[in-house]
Parts: sequence; C-alpha cells; structure tokens
Amino acid sequence: MTVDNLVSNPAAHPASACAACPMYNGAQLTRLGINMTDWDFVVALAGNPNTGKSTVFNALTGLRQHTGNWPGKTVVRAEGGFLYGDKRYKLVDLPGTYSLLSTSADEEVARDFILFGQPTVTVVIVDATRLERNLNLALQVLEITDRVVVGLNLMDEAKRHGLQVDERRLARDLGVPVVPMAARQGEGVQALLKAIDEVASGVFVTQPRRVNHRDPQLEGAVSQLVRQIEFAFPGLPNARWVALRLLDDDESIERAVSDGTLGQLTQTLTPQTAPAIRLELEAVN
Amino acid sequence: MTTMTTTLDQLPTGPRARVTTLQLTGAERRRMMDLGILPGAAIEVALENPLGDPTAYRVRGAVIALRREQARQIHVEVEGG
Repeated sequence: MTVDNLVSNPAAHPASACAACPMYNGAQLTRLGINMTDWDFVVALAGNPNTGKSTVFNALTGLRQHTGNWPGKTVVRAEGGFLYGDKRYKLVDLPGTYSLLSTSADEEVARDFILFGQPTVTVVIVDATRLERNLNLALQVLEITDRVVVGLNLMDEAKRHGLQVDERRLARDLGVPVVPMAARQGEGVQALLKAIDEVASGVFVTQPRRVNHRDPQLEGAVSQLVRQIEFAFPGLPNARWVALRLLDDDESIERAVSDGTLGQLTQTLTPQTAPAIRLELEAVN
Repeated sequence: MTTMTTTLDQLPTGPRARVTTLQLTGAERRRMMDLGILPGAAIEVALENPLGDPTAYRVRGAVIALRREQARQIHVEVEGG
C-alpha cells in the first residue's frame, strides 16, 4: 500500500523540509492501531457496502481490518486510533449500509452510533461510480448530524469508466467538504485527514443540506412531537429526527421511546415521562 | 410512441422500464426505496433465472435480485412496446 511510505516518525522529517511535499505532510499522521486511550475526537466511518470504507479505516489506523467483497463483512463496528496534528482521534468503522431507516441489525448499529454515539465528525464514504445510489445514505446522515465529511472514493475506477465527478459542485450542494479519493492507492488520505481536522476543530463550518418537507401539517406534527420528546428526554441531540421516524411508523424507534431506552442511549434517561409521550403519540397518529 | 404499463415480474429481457408505483408498504417499501427502486427509477432485467425465480434487475448501477412476489408489486412503464 502506497500510504505506508508516507507514514513515518515525524521526527525523521526536519521542519525545514518542503511543506508541499507529500512525504512531509504524510508525517503528520501517526497510526495508533488499537491504542485509543484519551482521544480528543471521535470519528465515525459510514458508507454503502463495498465502497472501500474498511480500506480507508486501515489507511488511517494501520490496522488490518478485514477487507473483502461480500455483504455483511463488518458486522459489528471496528475501532482504531490515529494521531493527526496534535490531536488523538478514535475512528469507528460502521457496517456498510444503504440506509439508516430500514431495520436490519447492521443498519441499527450504524444508525445508533451516528445518532447517539455523538461522533465529533461522521465521514461518509461514497462510491464515485455509483453516486446516485450512494447519496441516499449521505443525505440521511446529513439529516442527523451537521459535522460530516464526504469521502468520494473509487475516483480511479470512475476515471477508468470515463466518469467525471464535479466534487466542488457536490460539496456546495451538500454543504460539507467532499474529498476525492482512491484509498487503495493511498490517494486523498491526506486531504481527508485535513478535512476531518477542519470540521472537528470548527475551522470549517458545514451547512448541511436538509430535505425540506414543506407540508405545513407535517411540520406542525413534527414540532409538536419535538417539544414532547425534548421534554421527556432532555439533552437528546436529534429530537427532530426521532419525531420524523415516529411519524413514519419506525417500530424500533417507537420501542426505544416507549420503554425509555432512547434516553439510555444518550445517558439522560427520565423513565417516568416515557409513558406520557406514548399517549401523546397515539393522539398525533 | 406508445407506453405500456405492466408489473416488473412481467418485464421481458431487453427493454428499459421506468418505475411508476410501489404497491408495497411499511418496511418492505422502505427497503425497496433504499435500494434505489422508487418512482422514476430506470430498471431493466439483468439476469433471468432458468428456474424463473428470483430475477436479477439492474437499477442505478447495481444488480439486485427480487422474488416474483416482490417484483409483482412494482409497477413500471415501458416505452415503445
């Protein structure tokens, strides 16, 4: 893997080295493998199956998370660490999913972590050759969290197929950084690190695209539910998203609300108020 | 040019169709939409199964196998015909 050559002991490169040289920039990354004590930031890695997520994970952590071309390979999440600049990052590789809304075990792991694990930054790896399919998940993630970086992977394959992707336009439309990558060749890994760092530290302020539902009746129901959810689960980070899921008859979210586990996930459980919300819900439906 | 409407399970190999309606509900509907099968999507038969079921369809750059009962609930229109 080419990226191996880029990563070495920072001390080996004197500060006078040419700052534009990839060798020099590469030295800012130190892979920490499974050593993840006292991290500053948590980064979640999401994406459709088969987009090279685990390859990106390995490039950043130096671990050998199994990569291979079959569904359900990353069944549970894998974790690793890296040091970039002077910050320690914990990287969580989530199972590959097409969506956060269906109810397979994989999707629930990914969804719960992005929703309630409250990662500092969520990186969505998308397949540049199948953008239309991949942007479904990217938009779903943007509904949940502001701090997103899109890794536009498999750019080498896209080029081979004669596809051109306007990554600047995509970044503008999505409102978050978009980094073109060919992770297998180690290309774009440095730019991805920089984008993660900028979003994590707040240097880059994202303006994520949200789907505007425009229906006043729906908006009314959502804001009514949001008030009740926030009352029952103070500090819950994504009340609006939870409200939309409830209106969409999402059984697992409904269960989490009615039995109070929703609050447990964010450690602000107030079980006494949970039954009340269920009653109100039935009224809205 | 005429437009023929049918269900996906009746779609022959060759022509490209466009999804018009999903007759599915709940989680199954959601799943189809997540896989890119929603009104407006272009879809065609990718591989026919000698046993007749399931059939593989090409939609948005991926090949997805559907059972006949599922395909029957996806309405499509074929141009030409």
